[in-house]
Formats: sequence, structure tokens, C-alpha cells
Amino acid sequence: MSTAMHDGIASSGRAGDSHVLRPGELDLSHKVILYLEDISVSFDGFKALNNLSLTIDAGELRAIIGPNGAGKTTMMDVITGKTRPDSGKAFFGQTLDLTRMNEPEIAHAGIGRKFQKPTIFENHSVFENLELAMKTDKRVWKSLFAQLSGEERDRVSDTLKRIRLQTEADRPAGLLSHGQKQWLEIGMLLMQEPRLLLLDEPVAGMTDEETERTAELFVSLAGQHSLVVVEHDMSFVEALGGQVTVLHEGSVLAEGSLAKVQADPRVIEVYLGR
Amino acid sequence: MRTPLSVRLFQSLPRTGWLALAIFAAVAWIAIPAAHLLLPESSPFHVSAYTVTLLGKILCYAVVAVAMDLIWGYAGILSLGHGVFFALGGYAFGMYLMRQIGTDGSYGVALPDFMVFLDWKELPWFWIGSDSFLWALIMVVAVPGLLAFVFGWFAFRSRIKGVYFSIITQALTYATMLLFFRNETGFGGNNGFTDFKRILGYDITSPQMRLVLFGLSAALLMAVLILGRYLVTSKFGRVLAAIRDAESRVRFIGYQPTQYKLAIWTLSAVLCALAGALYVPQVGIINPSEMSPANSIEIAVWVAVGGRGTLIGGVIGAFIVNLAKSFFTVSFPDYWLFFLGFLFIGVTLFLPNGVVGLWRKLRGRRPAAPETETPAPAATTQGAKA
Repeated sequence: MSTAMHDGIASSGRAGDSHVLRPGELDLSHKVILYLEDISVSFDGFKALNNLSLTIDAGELRAIIGPNGAGKTTMMDVITGKTRPDSGKAFFGQTLDLTRMNEPEIAHAGIGRKFQKPTIFENHSVFENLELAMKTDKRVWKSLFAQLSGEERDRVSDTLKRIRLQTEADRPAGLLSHGQKQWLEIGMLLMQEPRLLLLDEPVAGMTDEETERTAELFVSLAGQHSLVVVEHDMSFVEALGGQVTVLHEGSVLAEGSLAKVQADPRVIEVYLGR
Repeated sequence: MRTPLSVRLFQSLPRTGWLALAIFAAVAWIAIPAAHLLLPESSPFHVSAYTVTLLGKILCYAVVAVAMDLIWGYAGILSLGHGVFFALGGYAFGMYLMRQIGTDGSYGVALPDFMVFLDWKELPWFWIGSDSFLWALIMVVAVPGLLAFVFGWFAFRSRIKGVYFSIITQALTYATMLLFFRNETGFGGNNGFTDFKRILGYDITSPQMRLVLFGLSAALLMAVLILGRYLVTSKFGRVLAAIRDAESRVRFIGYQPTQYKLAIWTLSAVLCALAGALYVPQVGIINPSEMSPANSIEIAVWVAVGGRGTLIGGVIGAFIVNLAKSFFTVSFPDYWLFFLGFLFIGVTLFLPNGVVGLWRKLRGRRPAAPETETPAPAATTQGAKA
């Protein structure tokens, strides 16, 4: 109990909730993995994010939708440290202040991001792409003498199986089809063993069958990981089956199940116009 | 489970690579010395002193080219100022050679001639210790290494990339050249160092010393090739190539590109410095013109001609360009720069992967690093379209 008194976060909480603050470690004691509070970002006067507040629970699969320019990508940039917010708070778990960390630190803490356009290493083989992404000590000295252990090899081949690229392991990644590249990028994300996955339009350019398989993959990942998926494809969002957040002009317009937000008159207005 | 480092070094070269190195070693360490020392000058197989020195010089250039390929071909960092590290290595060893002259200089005193000429009474503080061979070797590595580290630290931390980085390296070598041109800097001004007499007490002009320096140059080149091959086939090398192709992506999967770039950049500079230290006793002179911007650009031309991202391409390029250079500067001295210009344009237009690329194409093999020209800039444009 005495620790709770000194612990700024726990002291405001209920009795019996005491926990020790460990710097640099993800604290999920309140079941929330990501807090965004009143985040604002502006580019040359244009407000890309306007007092955006959002929370994601641990193990949740959340879809984010919204028209172009709603601030979806900027939100991802803020979470991954690429863009610093002008104001507002961003916390990973209870204790990690994302606005004070740089990109590699955030990646190490357990947030993985998949970009809109797949950015894999085209000159490296599929296997090497996964090897580079693998969670391990990534300092220069370690890389100079790094050798894959048997267990690490198994992890790479497990992921290869999961993203259905076993037969392509030794091909240069640049030769994959568009859908395969998207999957490889998802695989690279999984190799980092992130707690929170940010996926920006993961099924863009995929065939219907690939889209379906991707939805299955994401649903199977939820629980163990938390996922935030930005997507335009409504049938894909429906297949994910989780909560949906609608962004508009840099803030949250509506939140709830897909059926609920689709019935919301404000959402209809934003999507269909006047 | 873990393979020892020696075995991994051995495995980093294919069998043909080791065979080629063995043949190279036999030629450099046995055939050429024998042909130089044992055969009479009348024999068609006699290797003249001129040829030994020329080849030794080119071997040093080849080391520089491999060092350049490590940063340009594999990490995508084009330095147009590598001549400065080469020259600083040369100067650091040249200081020792100047002290070895002793009292045999024109003025017959222990002070180097140019200092007597400037009416200096004693050695400046930074010449202290320069009469020690070991100290000279330490300085050869430490001074250029430190300069590269500090320069790289600021440049990479500020995320200076591409053509901007290249221009700043040009400025670095040019500024250093101007500094060394001044007599007051204490390195012999525009005359630099020359008239060397001895190394470790042995006559520097003897055929034996010439062959020792030549053999050491060959050994350095082989060591650099093996080290380079190990680096580029290690995970470190794969991270470097990933940085070359998509740097911000590398950052997002948790690597600090700055540290990787700084490591290979500093190593590359130190390798250049070692080559410079072997070069100076062979050619018998070092002066600030070695730091002229054109010299550094020529290093990039060697690598482009041979083929980037291949290591051996740098060696091939250094030999082709420098053999052509010694032919042209003797036979058609006025046309050398035109030839060099045409060569560079021709290679860029018709042989983007250099001689090695052409060779692989003829043998129908896929180049090791296809199209390094097109790094995916995707990640950098993400922020703009929120």
C-alpha cells in the first residue's frame, strides 16, 4: 500500500490497485494500452488533429474509419513518434509517455506500424526481411556478430507460415505480388512482437480472397496483441467485427459497433455530404 | 551452436574467392619479387622498379576504393571527400619519415628542412613523439578516425543525406587542403613532406624495402577484402543495405541508423588512412594536393567504373582507371581529364553496375544488389498526406 501513495498514477485509483512503477516497461494494470488525450497537430495553420481523444484497451481490435484528410495517418505519426503533437498527452500503457520518445524507442517499447504503401526491403530476401525485423538487440556491436539461433530460425519460419510465404523465403522481396508484399510487411510487424499493432490500410490492393485471409489473421491476433486498423473497405471492417471509431476533421465523430456508427446521422452526413 | 568467428570469416568468401586471393598472394608475394630481384634487366619478364612502385601505388588506391564501396555501395553514403582521410594517414606516417631523415637533410640539423627554412627553433607540440614508429602507427589510425567520427556524428545525427552530404564532404577536404597549404600549419606548406631516407633505419630506396612495402600493400588489400566481405554478409551489412534502401523504415523496426552509418563511415576512413600511410613511402612525397576535391571525386569514379556494391569492383576500377591514367599522362598528357570525364559519363549511361555488372550480365547472373538507384522513399512521404 505504501508504494501506491508515492505512485502518482495509482494514488488516484482504488485501494488494492497498488503496483510498482518500473521505468521503460509497459504497464497494463488499468487494461488500457493506448491513451490519447486532447492531441492537436497543425501543419502551417491547418489543423490535422484537433483535440483528439481516444483509448484502446489491451487485446482490442479497433477499426478507424474516416474520409480523406480526417487525420488518420497523422494520428499514427503521433503514436509512433514521427510527428510531435503541439499539445495533448499520448501514453502507451499507464507510464510510457510517447511524446518524449523517439521512433526506435517507441518501436522497442512494443508499438509496431504497417505503412499505407508497403515499404519492405526490396533487395533483401523475404527471409532477411523478417530476420531484420525480429525482436532482438539491435545495436551495432550485436549485429556485427549476430548469428541466428535455431529458436530464432523457428520463429522466422513460423511467421513465414502464418503469412503464407514459406515457398518465397529466398526470393528478393521486390519480386512479390502486391498482396504478398502487404503480408510480408505484416509478418515483419509480427516479428517485432509488438503489443500494439498499427495497420494503415492493410488490404489496399489485395484480392478479395487475400482480404478475407487478412481479416482472419487479424482476428486471430486480437487478444494476444492489440490492433488498430485504419481502413476504407467496409466489408473488411465488418469482417473484423470489433469497435469502430469514426474520425472527422481531426477529432472523433462517433464510436461503437459498425452498425451503430453507420446509423449515426452525423456519420452519414460526413460520408455522403449535404 | 555458435560458429567461431574465424570459421565465419572463412565462410564469408566463396571457394573461388579464396582461390583468387591465393593466386593474388602468390603473384604479389612470390612472382613479382622474384621477377624484380632475380631476373636480369634484359629479361622480358623482369619487373622494373617503376612497375613495382606503380602497382604498389594502385594497390593502395584499391584499398581506398574498397573502403569507398563499403559506404557508397552498401550504405548509400556517397563521400566526395575521402581523399582527406587518405592524405591524413599519409601525413601522419610522413611525419615519422621526416624524423627518420635525422641530420641528413640539406641543413644538416635534426629539425625537418622546412622548419629550418621557416626559422623555427624547435618542433611544434604536435610533432612530439613523431620519431616513434609505434606512435606514428597510432596517429595514422587515430587522427583520421577521430575526424571521421566527429564529422559523421554531426552529419548523421542531423540526418544530412544524399547530395547534401556529398557536398559537405567536398568542403571538408577542400578546407583541410587550404589549411595544409599554409606554412604556419606546420606540415611543410605546399611542398609537403619529401626526400624520405629511411624506415626503421632501413634505406627506403632499396629494392628490398620497395618489395616489402609492395607486399604490405597487397596484404592490406587482401585483409580489407576479407573484412569487407565478412561485414557485408553479416547482419550488420544487411542492416546497412536496408538503411540505403529505406532508412526511415529501418528506424521504425527499431534500429538506430545513425550508429550504423557512423560505424561504417569511421571504419572506411581508417582503412583509407592505412592505405595513405603505405602510399607515402612508396611514392616518396605527400603534399596538400592529395586533398584536392578532384582527387576525392576520382575515388568515386573508380568504384563506379568497377561496379558499386561488389567490393571487388573497386579493385578492378582502381586498376583500370589508374593504368589508363599512367598511360595517358605519359603518352597524351593533355587528354587525360577528357578521357576521365568520358569514362565517367560512359559508365553512368551504359554500365550502371560497372565492369562487374557487365561481367555478371554476360554470364547471365542476377546482380547482387539490383537497382540501387531506386530506394523506396515511400515512408518519408507519409507525413505529408494526413
